[in-house]
Amino acid sequence: MELTMAGALNAALRDSMREDDTVVVYGEDVGRLGGVFRITDGLQAEMGTDRCFDTPVAESGIAGTAIGMALYGLRPVVEMQFDGFSYPALNQVISHVAKYRNRTRGRVGLPMVIRIPYGGGIGAVEHHSESPEAYYSHTAGLTVVSPGTPADAYALLRASIAFDDPVIFLEPKRRYWLKEDLDLPVSAPPIGEAVVRRAGATATVIAYGPMVTTAMEAATRAADESGWDLEVVDVRTLSPVDMDTLVASATKTGRALVVHEAARFVGYGAEIAAELSERAFGYLAAPVLRVTGFDVPYPSAKIERHFLPDADRILDAVARLLEY
Amino acid sequence: MSVEVSSAASEPSSFPGPSKAAWQDVGAEGAMTAALPHDVDLSNDQLRSLYRLMALSRRVDRQAINLTRQGALGVFASSHGQEAAQVGSVFALEADDWLFPTYRETVGTFARGVDVVDLLALFSGSWHCGFDPYRYRVAPLTTPLATQALHAVGLAMAARIKHDPIVALTFFGDGAASEGDAHEALNLAAVYAAPVVFVVQNNGYAISVPFHLQTRTSSIALRAPGVGMPGIRVDGNDVISVYGAVKTAVDRARRGEGPTLIEAVTYRLEAHTTADDTTRYRSDDESTEWRARDPVEGFLRVLREGGIVDDSFLAEVEAEGEATAARMRDFLFGAPAGDPLEMFDHVYATPTAQLDAQRALLGQELLAAEES
Repeated sequence: MELTMAGALNAALRDSMREDDTVVVYGEDVGRLGGVFRITDGLQAEMGTDRCFDTPVAESGIAGTAIGMALYGLRPVVEMQFDGFSYPALNQVISHVAKYRNRTRGRVGLPMVIRIPYGGGIGAVEHHSESPEAYYSHTAGLTVVSPGTPADAYALLRASIAFDDPVIFLEPKRRYWLKEDLDLPVSAPPIGEAVVRRAGATATVIAYGPMVTTAMEAATRAADESGWDLEVVDVRTLSPVDMDTLVASATKTGRALVVHEAARFVGYGAEIAAELSERAFGYLAAPVLRVTGFDVPYPSAKIERHFLPDADRILDAVARLLEY
Repeated sequence: MSVEVSSAASEPSSFPGPSKAAWQDVGAEGAMTAALPHDVDLSNDQLRSLYRLMALSRRVDRQAINLTRQGALGVFASSHGQEAAQVGSVFALEADDWLFPTYRETVGTFARGVDVVDLLALFSGSWHCGFDPYRYRVAPLTTPLATQALHAVGLAMAARIKHDPIVALTFFGDGAASEGDAHEALNLAAVYAAPVVFVVQNNGYAISVPFHLQTRTSSIALRAPGVGMPGIRVDGNDVISVYGAVKTAVDRARRGEGPTLIEAVTYRLEAHTTADDTTRYRSDDESTEWRARDPVEGFLRVLREGGIVDDSFLAEVEAEGEATAARMRDFLFGAPAGDPLEMFDHVYATPTAQLDAQRALLGQELLAAEES
């Protein structure tokens, strides 16, 4: 069956709710409307208003109440409507969601998922195209997941809901309409495992979320246009990162770049590049490169395409790796 | 619409008698009543229990201050003067109810039954939360202001979803009432008719900033009609009135009639913490005036006049207080630091490769230090 990423996420929520009656879904407009992206479409009608409900516009309240719910034995799955509106909840996320297990010496874990549609490329107005993954990945105690394909969207969301620790689930909103042939339910890859999306020998392209599609496009073009055989690694779980898979790929190809939409400075790619240089230094033929958004506030819609990394920019970086 | 609150009615009242309470109600349109009398159903045994908890609380508080001066605690936020507000509130809860305290509510948490040594772990520096929240149905003492109010609302919402007849009580202060999370918690609780009781201890100061710089209104309770819940203003130094007001709210919440906002007007007789200096922001006259309304001594006076306590009971309570204080000294003085490697143990349910590597690194450092 052909399914979009949005449809896969919707199916994951529905299947998790059917299987486990402690799973509750709530957030702004997720009930009657089914969410502004329709990810929660039909859930309230099927599960009732106790299991899927609308909240007042209060993001800190959404995250904060989820803590109390998890403390009482429910598994809340809450939605931040957009990346740019998730920041009012950061105090709850950083001060409590991330720290509760540690604070209570392991006595209280908080199984909960905070879903955030993130990233640009949809021609949106300000505050609707942000990539906040570094804030969350930097925070000890959080598990940060971002799927790149519809199959992974389904499987990783189900795994995140079943996970015993809080998960920040970053949904690449420009890929909500990406289609894939799927027979549900697809089995869940464990949280914390990266995957080699395309095996290759020339260089490694490390990507996640919205950039997985872009990296695959670059690899296809590289093969057609230049005869380069690129390996594409999809990080999937940003924290804790599966560094072994990344190191193995970089060691094999000897050349690696990491690509993301978020700004470059102290971005997620900086950590990956640093780890690769520590662990694969002797195998690298060139420095690890970063292909990222610029260090500017996310630009307005008419010029965003110049900000976002695309296949051309990835291929330029591959050329620099090869010509080093 | 302006809200009239008579200044006489907003003054803490004198003790009306052992089982007589009084409080002001805030109506749906924002008008506050004068303090109206209420009968409170407390047996003499319960009155003695209340006194015992308040007297023990005071002893615990004094010992904690002394232990801080002696270096056994890094810092301590005293509840001296706020015993009635805290103990009276907690006394209205049933065993299955939940309490969401802040760092100020050590004596309320102690009164809930949490072991005093475990309770003070936050201040002794042995761990951030030293007790098991599930054992006592008490959340960790929370430091970021008003954030725990949302946790109480969420837990209460979950209890409603599961059809469990329990109530969540959360404390916060007049300073924390200015936080966004306080507003969000009140509104969300009202929207979902969550079984929550919000007890604001208005002790007059947010560290140094007085109440009139925190809000243009005369009472935090006046926020209740703004979110559509009942509000109550009560003399926080009168334990019977606090208990009566909170019990009314707890019962209402348990019946499924939603949350209540209660402002308990009280005064912090000690400094904000042991690191604070009150002489920079408040006068001796003011604290002297409040010392005359001491909640523990005032309650004892009423109980004595009513013939509810006698010397042998008071001697027992004093001896129990001394034993508790001795236990604090025994376990908090020179308590060993925990195993540094434990910092890695509770970050995630399943250990990560990154943390395993860092744990090994620290393990090597510790070993090297031991050998040198």
